[in-house]
Amino acid sequence: MRSGGFWGFIIGALLVGIAFVALGKNEYYYFAAYVILQSLIMAVAWNILGGFTGYVNFGAAGFFAVAAYTTIALNKYLQGLGLQPPMLVYIAAGAVVCGLIGLGTGYLTLRLRGVYFAIATLALAVVFQTLANNWDYVGGAKGSYILTPAPPPFFSSYIKYLFFVMLLMSLFAIIVSRYIVHSKFGRGLAAVRDDEVAAECMGVPTLRLKLISTTVMGVLMGMAGAPYPFYVTYVDPQSAFSLGIAVNAIAMPMIGGTAYWYGPVIGAILLGTAQEVISVTISSELNVFLVGVVLVSFVILAPSGLVGLVNDLRARVKSRA
Amino acid sequence: MPERILDVKSLTKRFGGFVALNAVDFHLDEGERLGLIGPNGSGKTTMINCISGSLFCDQGVITFKGADVTRLAAHRRTRRGIVRSFQIPRPFRSMTVLQNLLIPMEYAASHSGGTTEAEAREILDLVGFRNRANANSGRLTQVDMRKLELARALAAKPQLLISDEAMAGLSSSEVDEILDILFKLNARGVAVIMIEHIMRAVFRFSERVIVLDAGRKIAEGTPAEIVKDPEVEKAYLGV
Amino acid sequence: MIIDPGLFLNAVVSGLLLGGFYIAVALGLSIAFGQLDIVNIAHPAFVIVGSYFAYYLGAHYGFDPVLTGILLTPVFFVAGILVYRVYYVSFERTGQESLSGLAFFFGLMFIIEVTLIMIYGVDYRLVPAPYIGMNWKLGLVDFPLRMAIPFVVSMVMTIGIYFYLSKTFIGRAILAVSQDRQALQLMGADPVRIKQIAFGLAIATASVAGALLIIIGPVEPSINREYIGRAFAMVVLGGMGSITGTVIAGFILGIAESFVQTFAGPSWAPAVSFSILLLTLAVRPSGILGRQS
Repeated sequence: MRSGGFWGFIIGALLVGIAFVALGKNEYYYFAAYVILQSLIMAVAWNILGGFTGYVNFGAAGFFAVAAYTTIALNKYLQGLGLQPPMLVYIAAGAVVCGLIGLGTGYLTLRLRGVYFAIATLALAVVFQTLANNWDYVGGAKGSYILTPAPPPFFSSYIKYLFFVMLLMSLFAIIVSRYIVHSKFGRGLAAVRDDEVAAECMGVPTLRLKLISTTVMGVLMGMAGAPYPFYVTYVDPQSAFSLGIAVNAIAMPMIGGTAYWYGPVIGAILLGTAQEVISVTISSELNVFLVGVVLVSFVILAPSGLVGLVNDLRARVKSRA
Repeated sequence: MPERILDVKSLTKRFGGFVALNAVDFHLDEGERLGLIGPNGSGKTTMINCISGSLFCDQGVITFKGADVTRLAAHRRTRRGIVRSFQIPRPFRSMTVLQNLLIPMEYAASHSGGTTEAEAREILDLVGFRNRANANSGRLTQVDMRKLELARALAAKPQLLISDEAMAGLSSSEVDEILDILFKLNARGVAVIMIEHIMRAVFRFSERVIVLDAGRKIAEGTPAEIVKDPEVEKAYLGV
Repeated sequence: MIIDPGLFLNAVVSGLLLGGFYIAVALGLSIAFGQLDIVNIAHPAFVIVGSYFAYYLGAHYGFDPVLTGILLTPVFFVAGILVYRVYYVSFERTGQESLSGLAFFFGLMFIIEVTLIMIYGVDYRLVPAPYIGMNWKLGLVDFPLRMAIPFVVSMVMTIGIYFYLSKTFIGRAILAVSQDRQALQLMGADPVRIKQIAFGLAIATASVAGALLIIIGPVEPSINREYIGRAFAMVVLGGMGSITGTVIAGFILGIAESFVQTFAGPSWAPAVSFSILLLTLAVRPSGILGRQS
């Protein structure tokens, strides 16, 4: 997408968001949109390490939940001091903590094969979940409640505010992702993904690039998870570390197409919306089952995702012309 | 008086109990053309891996342009000027031919003023890829992949190029094409270590030849000397 | 700090019995991942399926779980072959193993878990068997039969697989295919067929392991995720490609978990295996008896 078109899209999305906040009446739509945007950020973040660099993260739920729990812990501490900081503080905290976790996990395991990294991310998610289960300060296994603050000016309800925050962060994630794809850094990541050994021999500092990639992913996932407690008002380890979050983070990019910045966006919007519809109309178990089936089907039949399919179709049309 | 560009002393590498390289010594001068031959399994590829940094040796010292690079990461050695091509070509398959060159251009050659797109096209001309800049690198023929491999190595602005069996399995005229590229490269001042089994190419190209067998250097000299060396004959014919 | 000797001894014995059972779970992964390099994250999910089969036939028809586990091995074997065929055609052949292969098994695990939830819900299921409540006592030490019997069956299965792999032609072909495909081809064996059989064998062990699992304790669908950590921890700690290594690692894990459970509490247990895994990966990724790669 050319620069002009892209920035038009960003500004357009922003305007639509503002209009939605100002004019919308049915609160359900904000709740639904929040979830879809949340999964969009997670998908875009996952793809930076997964699609761009070729390293699979199974522990997306871990990053997400750590940010959520950071918010809970920080909120409890600051409330104890009588403070009510703006959302930005929690987002920053989540971003920093998860960025460091990304960096740490990477440092421990990225010298090994991609397979070990993937397993390590899964391991880390479980370790964090166990910690959350056993840490009474944040409620342990019983979970923790958080009070809904008053909405800031210009927003008639708190969920509208949360939606808008998510929208801004989604656009930020998309801008970061697109920037990476077109940069020297992004080209280096592609080389690592295509052939890490060759990349190293062509002067690419593979370990450094992988670490940056993991950190960026961590930061974005942390941003996505930080407002979550305010959205649900009740957080427990079971729901925060939910497998559904991890699967969606993988399924959405794979369905959309992992090689491009817009693949995860398309996947998130399509799959996210479908999930909302199915959840509401049929059942939430079926919805979750279908995500698994769709993921496996796409992985087998269309590994380059929808974008890849469209590209193939275009190429075939061109060669016939 | 040509300067020593590469100095390898007592290079030793073991894999478990197996000794792949056993205290190998050799050196290379600036702009020199060195042939490296030996029977299969003699340690040639392990040697390149140790010099380029894909593997770290167990013992020994590798000095490049006067600096000790023995424990330096591979990508840093490439930036300093040691570039290797792979025996089985390893293109970046999601990229076009030109994009493949961009990687070493941006990452390896950037310190020495980088290369521009014009220079990249010049490199493509050198290997005969003039019109193929936008071809998908994953769908090339064997010989074209070998050429891409070399072109990519050139884009890294090497001072020492290690060519690992770039000609294996090619036809006679294809061998000459590759040889031609290597000669042109050398004419620009790049030192070349050529690992090959195709003897006529080795002897035509090399100023000096080193022979490895079972991890040891068993002979060193001009091509003419090597051909007559009884140790070499024994290594190849097992007599 | 004075530790009650009875408590200590029981923790050790418990750990050994538990570890012995864990080996049954990890055996299939040791073959699939350790030998064939196939990252079958869904293996524990297959084990849970085995548990549910044992539950169904046990609760409705009175079948003994161990019997069910053994009887159903051909079914699981065939399932394994089918899964491998899909994996091979979609990924191994085209060289896409890394990203897509991992996503495939992850999706498979997910589908299995959710299907079980849809059919059986999230309640714990157990299987009735006469020996489950029984307990032998030897001095200070308890040998609950619900752990001792799985231990014995697991050891028998492990020894059986070990000898199969080292003594029969197909078994040795399996060991060979992981090390040198080409040499295997030159010897007249089709590597794809061999891998197929190996993977089928790996999934077949899940049938027995699942039956043992539900003897040890009640089962619900999401338990498979705890076992991902345990199984991978054992295979990695033991060393890729080494059944013996997996066995040793199994006992280490069993004892570690048992001690943590006894002295720190059961809610910390899931973290033990994953922590061991992370530590091994960070410090000595080739494991105890692993091949040099």
